[in-house]
Amino acid sequence: MRVRLLDIAHARSGDKGDTANVGILALRPEWYEILDRFVTRERVAAHFSGLITGDVVRFELPNLGALNFLLHGALDGGGTLSLKTDAQGKVVSTALLRMVIDVPDDLAARLRLPAAPSTSATTSTRSA
Amino acid sequence: MSAPRTVRVASGQGFWGDWLDAPRRQVTGGPIDYLMLDYLAEVTMSILQKQKERDPTLGYARDFLGAVDSVLPAITERGVRVVANAGGVNPQACAAAVRALATERGSGGAVRIGVVLGDDLLPRLDALMSAGHPLANMDTGEPLSAVRDRVLSANAYLGSTPIVEALARGANIVITGRSTDTALTMAPLRHEFGWGADDYNRLAAGIVAGHIIECGAQCSGGNCLYDWRDIPDLGEIGYPIVEASADGTFVVTKHPRTGGRVSTQSVAEQLVYEMGDPHSYITPDVIADFTTIRLAADGADRVRVSGIQGRPATDSLKVSVAYRAGYKAVGTLVYSWPDAFEKAQLADRVLRERLDRLGLRFDRVLTEFVGAGATHGVLAGPPSPDLPEVQLRIGVRGGSRRDVERFTRELAPLVLNGPPSVTGFAGGRPKVEEVVAYWPALIDKRVVQPTVEIQ
Repeated sequence: MRVRLLDIAHARSGDKGDTANVGILALRPEWYEILDRFVTRERVAAHFSGLITGDVVRFELPNLGALNFLLHGALDGGGTLSLKTDAQGKVVSTALLRMVIDVPDDLAARLRLPAAPSTSATTSTRSA
Repeated sequence: MSAPRTVRVASGQGFWGDWLDAPRRQVTGGPIDYLMLDYLAEVTMSILQKQKERDPTLGYARDFLGAVDSVLPAITERGVRVVANAGGVNPQACAAAVRALATERGSGGAVRIGVVLGDDLLPRLDALMSAGHPLANMDTGEPLSAVRDRVLSANAYLGSTPIVEALARGANIVITGRSTDTALTMAPLRHEFGWGADDYNRLAAGIVAGHIIECGAQCSGGNCLYDWRDIPDLGEIGYPIVEASADGTFVVTKHPRTGGRVSTQSVAEQLVYEMGDPHSYITPDVIADFTTIRLAADGADRVRVSGIQGRPATDSLKVSVAYRAGYKAVGTLVYSWPDAFEKAQLADRVLRERLDRLGLRFDRVLTEFVGAGATHGVLAGPPSPDLPEVQLRIGVRGGSRRDVERFTRELAPLVLNGPPSVTGFAGGRPKVEEVVAYWPALIDKRVVQPTVEIQ
């Protein structure tokens, strides 16, 4: 089943220089397992490919039901150098929540995951 | 004297520019022991340095005077103590202004100001560099000599120790320059509970408490994505309060009858804000491990935080250097339906053609179409063909002020000589800004000796 991160997680993002960080937090404790298994470093790098110039690093915080991603080269130079509207990476969080992942049906049913709306097709192919 | 059961540290300011009314609301809304005010972002120090160059009595966060004025009765009559990094690049001038204000209000005798000094490395920069401290850029490895002639300010991030000293010597208003944001909260707890410099778990707990409340209401319902529609009464949002115990556990809460919400989710969102490696949140006092934090709901608008572990700090302090890095300007125009996006795209092409023809040189030209994927790019999918309007937002950055200035003159003509259905240029020409860039570095702790003055 296809699941959109917005429907199973919330998030906040910020900056450090030209790096954006996105902390993504499961909406229910039992859904952390889904984030941990399916929102891999590679998957996130593919999601943001073309939008960032550097690597993606992932850290786990199971105690908060959260993952923390560092997206290097995400902010057009960052801080005061950046010309972007989102120079401080404040809404990179919601950009990550657009991601659609594929979860085996039995697991999705057991954890009562909400299905992605059908309009999310474009993001799915991007992060596949 | 036995230690008090709990100490209440309230956050009244999350950055310079935050809600002016928040400090007063924190001292009038219920009992607190300390009011913590965080004014300094990375870029703030360089702005303050420019102000100090123009006027040697400036260079601090002037909002702080209004904040002190609004809480002065609480300080002098109820014993609330204020800790703020409002000193910026000129803590002495800040202290003098606070002193003058208190005297004017007839409270001069009841105000004891502690000033933390020693973070300012600008006067020592060349001596430090020739003594073998390269202050290499933490991101690129380049030595500071590469930009030395353009440096505006250089400040080491100080930890909690000098603030603790100021409190121990009886200051009821502590003014620092570049202290870590987290030290402003941790120092009062260290002072009250007598935590030692090697009491790593408790120090780490103080750091986590500081991280949670250093951005003001961002942990009590502000900018909270979780359940955002149902967060009550943001108009009267309550800023956060840490209610700490001697064992290092604490509760995050806010005053009764205020808006917003303190929940495990609102606190967790703030915990991950601006986080790097969660195992190693490095401060001058201790390294805190954010993977050990336990959050538990503890009644309405109360979250209990426990379990935090820490380990010894490193031998270095972080240094924030600001240097001049050219000029930039950003301008906007709004294009309306029909075909708003297409018109904005054409305007961008026309503008760029003219910039090229003028031979202007920029390091960077960036176009965004606000309303058509400016913040999420291609992740937003193709924009609707029927958008009511799109804002063309174009920015340039470069070393030549003249070229950036010329760019700002090329936008308005498009209103009459570019694509149709354009509006939204009432703000006039874009402003040319000097870019002050940020250079993060490390320095050996032993060469930075903070001092405290009580006035």
